[in-house]
Amino acid sequence: MSEMQLTMNESKGTVLSSSEAKDNIKKEKVKGIIFQIMCVIAALFGIVSLGALLMYVIYEAAGWLDWQFISSSPSRFAEKAGVLPPLVGSSFVIALVALFSLPLGVGSAIYLEEYSKQSYLRRFIEINIANLAGVPSIVYGLLGLGLFVSTFNLPHGIVLVGAFTLTLRVLPIVIVSSQEAIKAVPDLQRHASLGLGATRWQMIRTVVLPEAMPGVLTGTIIALANAMGETAPLIMIGAATTMFTPPHGIMSSFSALPLQIYAWSDFPQSEFQHGVTPAAIVVLLVIILSLNGIAIYARNKFYQRNRQK
Amino acid sequence: MIELDQSIVRQEEATAKEVELESVIDVKDLSFYYGQTQALYNIDMKIYKNRVTSIIGPSGCGKSTMLRCFNRMNDLIEGTRVEGQILLNEKNIYEKDIDPVRLRRHIGMVFQQPNPFPKSIFDNVAYGPRMFGTHNREKLQEISEISLKKAALWNEVKDRLHKSALSLSGGQQQRLCIARAIAVEPEVILMDEPASALDPIATTFIEDLIDELKKNYTVVIVTHNMQQAGRVGDYTAFFLNGYMEEFDTTEKLFLNPASKKTADYISGRFG
Repeated sequence: MSEMQLTMNESKGTVLSSSEAKDNIKKEKVKGIIFQIMCVIAALFGIVSLGALLMYVIYEAAGWLDWQFISSSPSRFAEKAGVLPPLVGSSFVIALVALFSLPLGVGSAIYLEEYSKQSYLRRFIEINIANLAGVPSIVYGLLGLGLFVSTFNLPHGIVLVGAFTLTLRVLPIVIVSSQEAIKAVPDLQRHASLGLGATRWQMIRTVVLPEAMPGVLTGTIIALANAMGETAPLIMIGAATTMFTPPHGIMSSFSALPLQIYAWSDFPQSEFQHGVTPAAIVVLLVIILSLNGIAIYARNKFYQRNRQK
Repeated sequence: MIELDQSIVRQEEATAKEVELESVIDVKDLSFYYGQTQALYNIDMKIYKNRVTSIIGPSGCGKSTMLRCFNRMNDLIEGTRVEGQILLNEKNIYEKDIDPVRLRRHIGMVFQQPNPFPKSIFDNVAYGPRMFGTHNREKLQEISEISLKKAALWNEVKDRLHKSALSLSGGQQQRLCIARAIAVEPEVILMDEPASALDPIATTFIEDLIDELKKNYTVVIVTHNMQQAGRVGDYTAFFLNGYMEEFDTTEKLFLNPASKKTADYISGRFG
């Protein structure tokens, strides 16, 4: 069909001539390309910013980040300064947060998704949990102070209180992502299990949980990685900014990486400003990015395994 | 009256023999409600032992609902209500003291979409027995082998029992689901359009399998494919708008239906 016929056929109700139609298509295509370029720039923006930050920090930390740095305690002297106590403190607290938040979070999600009926009460609970995920973390710090330190009379600034407080912070996120993972298990699988004569709990244990676990773990690990960087709640419950020894038990005082970084960034000496602090930041980033990496890797591996062995 | 090729209709003994047949399930005046909407109206039917009963009817007529009443899978939907009785071996399964979990060990189900668990083939078949407490490795292997053989799948999978069930083709997955259902030794097997998601060759496999299965089990199959009902069923029930319009031996229902609506449906005038 000739161009002319094409245009006449498709513009039966309009008054475009064939050259106007061609122009129109060209204009739309150009708009499309411009839009695409803008989207690419938006995507690159985040990556380039992160890359620039990483490069700057790593450049400054070069030479300061070594085994001595990781294994020593903080000091007034930049060359002797080390990050061991806050590193242990952060790791210890996060490990406890994982221990507390997984059963509580997954348990809540199982209750909401598998046991409770659709009702206003359930809707109310779900909305509140979703809102809690967005509450600023300093509020959790206040809650931790009021609840664990004042009401329960626990000493402030100890590992246990830090862990409890951060568990509260992380819990809504764990619940919501566990719920999503559980919802993603197809009903057909549940029916197959129940149709074979399994009890509700057997079905959850053998069909729903195994299939949901990768999603649950991914969401939890990412939440924990974020918690690693939480500063405000720990300040509120009285964690030390600088400790010279790592905590040795759940009732010990502790300090955390973000707090130590904040403290060091106040030291005026240029070795601290451009050496020690960036080095500590790199340590924190390595941990957080590794955790996120593990979460993503594990999720991909499970996803593959479940789809085709 | 349409001309039905005799060879595709099950040659059944004279209807007089019905009287001798044992009925495993007896449906008495069953009505079913989804909330306020009534889906089944005063259904009376019998399911005979070691026979295949087909349930046919147009979309939305209530045949899947009826099927799910037999193993109380409708209980999982909120707001459903049952009036009337379904007797399994003389006992009403909707009585207060009946545990649906135990009921489902006597009445198994195969679904329209093959739905094997994302586990190994062996773990799929052993799932039921494991839930009941059998943990002995040899016993489970023995049960799996028997069930897979009965489902005509053993030869194809015996060398890869520990591979994922999802690596099988659609037809194989469905046979795996049948093996899985058989492994718990039910009395009755319910099938909800088991071949509708499969290609014609796999469908023939399944139909031949159903023919074999009825030697040891009682089968109730819902199908929207009339020819399939004719090939496979000894008895056929025709459902329409929640009513059971007619229930008879397949031969009689197809060749000489008592109701005009049945005749219309079968001859393709609607549905």
